[in-house]
Amino acid sequence: MALRIPVQLYEQLRKHGEATYPHECCGVLVGEFDESDGKLVRRVVPCGNTRTDSLANRYHISPSELVRIQREAMLAGRDIVGFYHSHPDHPARWSVTDLAEAHWTGCSYVITSVEKGRAVLTNSFLLLGQEEAKHFEDELLEVIEH
Amino acid sequence: MSIKVLIPTPLRPYAGKQSVIEVNAQTVGEALSGLVTKHPDLRKHLFSEDGKLRSFVNVYLNDEDIRYLSKDATPVKETDTITIVPSVAGGR
Repeated sequence: MALRIPVQLYEQLRKHGEATYPHECCGVLVGEFDESDGKLVRRVVPCGNTRTDSLANRYHISPSELVRIQREAMLAGRDIVGFYHSHPDHPARWSVTDLAEAHWTGCSYVITSVEKGRAVLTNSFLLLGQEEAKHFEDELLEVIEH
Repeated sequence: MSIKVLIPTPLRPYAGKQSVIEVNAQTVGEALSGLVTKHPDLRKHLFSEDGKLRSFVNVYLNDEDIRYLSKDATPVKETDTITIVPSVAGGR
């Protein structure tokens, strides 16, 4: 089980975190699920962060953006496979808040640490379990040519 | 009338692995009720024990959040689409 992402899309989501530093960036990963429960990212969709009250350490994607992205993905025969956001000057690991606010089981949550404006590490975490017992598992992030 | 309900990834295991389900309904409330009648396993993922939508479950009628329409009583038309999207949020 891995999240495969073409190198130009990988760099796109990392650069988004650099562009919004010192605030958290966020966005949606659109692509396909494969038979082995892996995922392939075909498109990175940057989103607005509605947490204007706390941009440095919180993110929220407007549901209306999610609806639009979901609809466009389905029309293209694709799906929402995950989400990404950045942690300014903070490790690329999920936090208690990240887990509490995660509800898309089976999807990948990609986090990039951005230190002093430069993207450092990008990790992916798979959300598993039902709401009352949900948890993140480390997920292999495979950067591919295209 | 028959309208489409778009099911997000995390709920598809409880909806026969379908991404789109058609239900007969005159209102959003009837559509959601029809949905959980067809797929009872969905109920606890959409609703809390008091029968209200769980706080992180957003329901849209076309491009409008039903919270800002008439909620469950929002009427639906044949060409309408209901989209269910769980919230996406977090932070360090």
